[in-house]
Amino acid sequence: MEVFFYIAAVIAIISTIMAISGRNAIHSLLFLILSLLAISVVFYLLDAPFIAALEVIIYAGAIMVLFIFVTMMLNIGLEEKQEKSWINPRMWIIPSILASILLVDLLLALKNMPTVVVGKQVILPKQVGISLFSTYLLAVEIAAILLMAGVIGAYHLGSQKKKVLHRFLEKK
Amino acid sequence: MLSVPVETQILFAGILFFLGMIGLLVRRNLVFMLMSIEIMFNSAGLVFIIAARHWNQPDGQVMFIFILSVTAVEVAIGLALILQVYHHFKTLDVDAIHKLKDE
Repeated sequence: MEVFFYIAAVIAIISTIMAISGRNAIHSLLFLILSLLAISVVFYLLDAPFIAALEVIIYAGAIMVLFIFVTMMLNIGLEEKQEKSWINPRMWIIPSILASILLVDLLLALKNMPTVVVGKQVILPKQVGISLFSTYLLAVEIAAILLMAGVIGAYHLGSQKKKVLHRFLEKK
Repeated sequence: MLSVPVETQILFAGILFFLGMIGLLVRRNLVFMLMSIEIMFNSAGLVFIIAARHWNQPDGQVMFIFILSVTAVEVAIGLALILQVYHHFKTLDVDAIHKLKDE
């Protein structure tokens, strides 16, 4: 079981790196979808099958499709000069060496910590649902208001000015 | 039963979070910046799931669902703003967008 976790984690990290360092937006989005799928495998291994399904359906399905549609609408293929100069190794090599030394330091510090073991079992969607609609009922309603505000805001921001074909048709 | 130590799991989430932060700081393209914010949200949710499993409570998964809804709203508004910015400035470079007032 541990092997699966490490494989999924490594795939997630590598594809995230590819996603944030890519030039082409569509390629980066595809790598990001791969990363989300790998994280969903991790969720499944962490005894949260419901959350794994939500991750695939909502993140990799809905949100990424939204991204891809906007990217295709904007037709982005160009690259900026400043970013190109930042990908030059001379700019980031020393800070990243120092940061990786810190990471190794953190790993060694974590290795010497005592591990707490609690009895583990799968948390079923039923428990999540009961908790969601009893303890967190108010938060659910606030989330509903937030989604409503989001819908109205996105509609308002997304609407464009009407194009007038001729000045005689223009309304005063 | 998965017996990966919880520190390793948290470390995985932390690496993902910092990758997202690096992306947000380095990239100047608005679409890439929004993607990096997505990565950061997702790793924060991962920490909640890890904690839910560690303490054997459903609250972490409930929090993940809330994070999911907040992310959905954020992406919808953000992409609408990106579309408006592109229509105004014909570019997605954040450094080119320094005019708050249109003339």
